[in-house]
Amino acid sequence: MKGFWHDAAEFFPILMNGVALTVIVTIGSLLLSTVLGLIWAMMRVSGIRALSMLSASLINVIRGIPIIVLLFYLYFVMPDLGVTLSALQAAILGLGIAYSAYQAENFRAGIEAIDKGQIEAAQSIGMGWWLTMRRVVLPQAVRIVLPPYGNVMIMMLKDSSQASTITVAELALQGKLIASSTFKNTSVFTLVALMYLTMSIPLILLVRHFEKRAGKK
Amino acid sequence: MIELNDVHKSFGKVEVLKGITAKVEKGEVVCIVGPSGSGKSTILRCINGLESYDRGEINVEGLKVDRDAPSIVNIRTQVSMVFQRFNLFPHRTVLENVVEGPLFVKKEPRAQVLERGRALLAQVGLAEKVDAHPPQLSGGQQQRVAIARALAMQPKAILFDEPTSALDPELVGDVLGVMRKLADDGMTMVVVTHEMGFARDVADRVLFIDGGIIVEQGPAKTLLNQPQHPRTQDFLRRVLHPL
Repeated sequence: MKGFWHDAAEFFPILMNGVALTVIVTIGSLLLSTVLGLIWAMMRVSGIRALSMLSASLINVIRGIPIIVLLFYLYFVMPDLGVTLSALQAAILGLGIAYSAYQAENFRAGIEAIDKGQIEAAQSIGMGWWLTMRRVVLPQAVRIVLPPYGNVMIMMLKDSSQASTITVAELALQGKLIASSTFKNTSVFTLVALMYLTMSIPLILLVRHFEKRAGKK
Repeated sequence: MIELNDVHKSFGKVEVLKGITAKVEKGEVVCIVGPSGSGKSTILRCINGLESYDRGEINVEGLKVDRDAPSIVNIRTQVSMVFQRFNLFPHRTVLENVVEGPLFVKKEPRAQVLERGRALLAQVGLAEKVDAHPPQLSGGQQQRVAIARALAMQPKAILFDEPTSALDPELVGDVLGVMRKLADDGMTMVVVTHEMGFARDVADRVLFIDGGIIVEQGPAKTLLNQPQHPRTQDFLRRVLHPL
């Protein structure tokens, strides 16, 4: 145990560099997946057949490909097509796209849970599709969507470790590098696990808060 | 001001409207009565384009109702609707519900709209509830907010789709009172209702609908007191003397 604290003090600063990248990848891909997810969901509920089918197929394609393969594709194949991305860019883009499918399904479920009478009331005072969405449907859907959205945040934090496969030196990869050069596997990976857990706990509490608020009404 | 000419409408294989021809003049109060599933509500929903129709034509102020045409917004801002289940926006206050349309659809000046909203809420007896949220109100209060919301659009006509059917019996009177006042002030109203007393006292004309057609129509008192058609007689007997 004494050895662990000694190792921890030594490795913590290096691992913190990894944490910084983990946070950047997580926040970047969270934002991207949210924007893309909203776009897919809007296309899905637009009532325009072509858009809705395009969105449905996109979501299925994205869902059917493992994140790691998506990352390899963006990082190793895109350069052959003339598009070179940095490892960090590829990681954010890959995770953002991969998670946009789950975000979209979550947003769609929230939108479709809104009572049809709400939409009719909006239409009856002359609101068009977009105004109905913006003023009536989305503000109410947010309440429903937030708890699962919080869960996606936790999953993304953990899945940001997949960026290590394309050389992004985030927390997991930093840990692996230290472990392979010092052979202190136990100390390093215990520390890495604790650091992920520490970052997850605030998010877990946030989800609990969202769930309480959604349950109130 | 509202004209229906041989309107047909099917839901799948079921034809709910089998040729409805009717006219509502400016300032008239027309009640539509009839058994459940007769197509009463569908007629209202076709008039403001919440529902499409298959054949025939509906005109509002000379403008053809087509729910897929841009002109539908024009029609909806002139013909308001009050729903059976109120359909107030639960995430907005009572006053915000009332001013939503004038502010965001008609883009009227804010100060003026807020003043009108407050005045309308006072008119329906809810001046002290402006900052409440709809779920905190009783059904009767919610429906009066819905009427204020309809009025805030300064419509030429209001469609009422069974406005008191979802209310506890002791709350029905308040809502009918507000509606009676509107009728007295000359508002054009089409009311789908089971309140025969209201129809008799307030309506100018009553349409009796059954099986997707207008079985009988006429001045309210004549139709309700001396119905001619056996189906009307039977319906009224069962509504007025259920035991």
